[in-house]
Amino acid sequence: MTASDTHRAIEAVWRIESARLIAGVARVVRDVGVAEELAHDALVAALEQWPASGIPRNPGAWLMTTAKRRAVDLVRRNVRLEARQDALGRDFIERQDATTADFDAVEEDVSDDLLRLVFTACHPVLSADARVALTLRLLGGLTTAEIARAFLAPESTIAQRIVRAKRTLAESGVPYEVPTGDDLHARLGSVLEVIYLVFNEGYAATSGEDWMRTGLCEDALRLGRILAGLMPREAEVHGLVALMEIQASRMRARTTRSGEPVLLLDQNRARWDHLLIQRGLAALARAEALDAERGPYTLQAAIAACHARARTAEETDWARIVATYDELARRMPSPVVALNRAVAVSMAEGPAAGLREADALLDEPALGTYHLLPSVRGDLLAKLGRSEEARAEFTRAAAMTRNARERDLLLARASDIPPPG
Amino acid sequence: MRFMAIVKEDQASEAGTPPPPELFEAMTTFNEELVKAGVMLAGEGLLPSSQGLRIKYDGADRTIIDGPFAETKELIAGFWILQAKSRDEVIEWMKRAPFDGGTEIEIRQIAEFEDFGDALPESVIERETQMRATLEERARQQ
Repeated sequence: MTASDTHRAIEAVWRIESARLIAGVARVVRDVGVAEELAHDALVAALEQWPASGIPRNPGAWLMTTAKRRAVDLVRRNVRLEARQDALGRDFIERQDATTADFDAVEEDVSDDLLRLVFTACHPVLSADARVALTLRLLGGLTTAEIARAFLAPESTIAQRIVRAKRTLAESGVPYEVPTGDDLHARLGSVLEVIYLVFNEGYAATSGEDWMRTGLCEDALRLGRILAGLMPREAEVHGLVALMEIQASRMRARTTRSGEPVLLLDQNRARWDHLLIQRGLAALARAEALDAERGPYTLQAAIAACHARARTAEETDWARIVATYDELARRMPSPVVALNRAVAVSMAEGPAAGLREADALLDEPALGTYHLLPSVRGDLLAKLGRSEEARAEFTRAAAMTRNARERDLLLARASDIPPPG
Repeated sequence: MRFMAIVKEDQASEAGTPPPPELFEAMTTFNEELVKAGVMLAGEGLLPSSQGLRIKYDGADRTIIDGPFAETKELIAGFWILQAKSRDEVIEWMKRAPFDGGTEIEIRQIAEFEDFGDALPESVIERETQMRATLEERARQQ
């Protein structure tokens, strides 16, 4: 193996092992910032030694031993410092014993370690941006540069964001533990939100020229699947995974060769990834079996599944989609859900019915700058032959979107409408 | 990125001999690791070629040839479809598979975002345009 081969192999090992490594060390030091530094120290040691000694048979264990050894030294040093000031020598001895025991991780411990890391990186005391960056860094194994590229942000911004996030966690004194009971569900919502944010960033960029940055979708899917393995009895985790698998199944059909977006109903379904669809449907079934009262992610997945099951656009079960939107609107009332429901109603009952639903949202302040409302109205007005109004709405929608491709699409629809007379 | 890891047949798998319990268990553990890490998309074992067949295409002719087939080393015994960030990552994963005794795995990247645009025949484009027109017509009629 050449030096660069080894280097790339070590990078790959890092991507595979880093989350578990950081999680395991964090259990000893109880601080994610310190844990990451120690994990990185182990990586540096690997980069120094493995080119000569070869990559060990069990690289994860090598890294873990190296990092934990330093972690234990660090804790002992700190504890010794405290012991000098503290009269309770007994406490010092007990803590020393405890940290040595941490050397041998049992399978359940690894899961617990990872869960602790997940819940800490996604702690609501951090902003969404900070949670996303920290999660991708600590659990996704992405470098700061990779995160910056994916989010079209300067590397220094992301670096600072991560530093501040770690400091906030340390200073706010959040306990380093997996939440329990009711707290668990609230905190889990925060975790799922982070994963879905990453997925959405990859699935549909809101700014810039390109619609998709597929790498982030894969990262989100991987994180979701990992979480499903760690918390197999949580319905909404499977629901989110189902939603992402099914949405990801359409990636090859979502744009034309020249990069223009293709609407769902116009997509060539032969280009949908049926492996991902099957995985998504299986995850959805797991979610529904775990909790008959479906949560928001599971319901959104159920809607996506309706489309996935239809072999052609004409075979879409729109009535079922409307009914699922009804359930979603009860579970998670939101103007965006109402708008999507309006579209489904128009497909199930005709454009006039759909327009009635959409018009009811015109006063919604939350949709005031949301380009999809005039876009949907434009579409329905066009179907009803109200051409002038339709053109006005498409033009209005085009002015509201920051995505260049989408703007072009809307302007094209406006100019496609035949003039009066 | 997605990769297919193809397991080649050997004498034992062609004979339909089940793997020894330790290997079976190690393989189960390996598969569980792949699932838990979120990289496993699919993984299957294939029945020996004695239960398989080939179809040969020549003009309008279709010839069925029943197995078994002689060239054991070239036959496929099973496969994984894995999701990884890079070729290096899938290599590191597959190095952990509990194979031994000269077993060979072939790893091939799955073509993504293949550009069918140019190859899309006129008739297919025609049908898609028709379908869109039909949908619009139907919507107008409602």
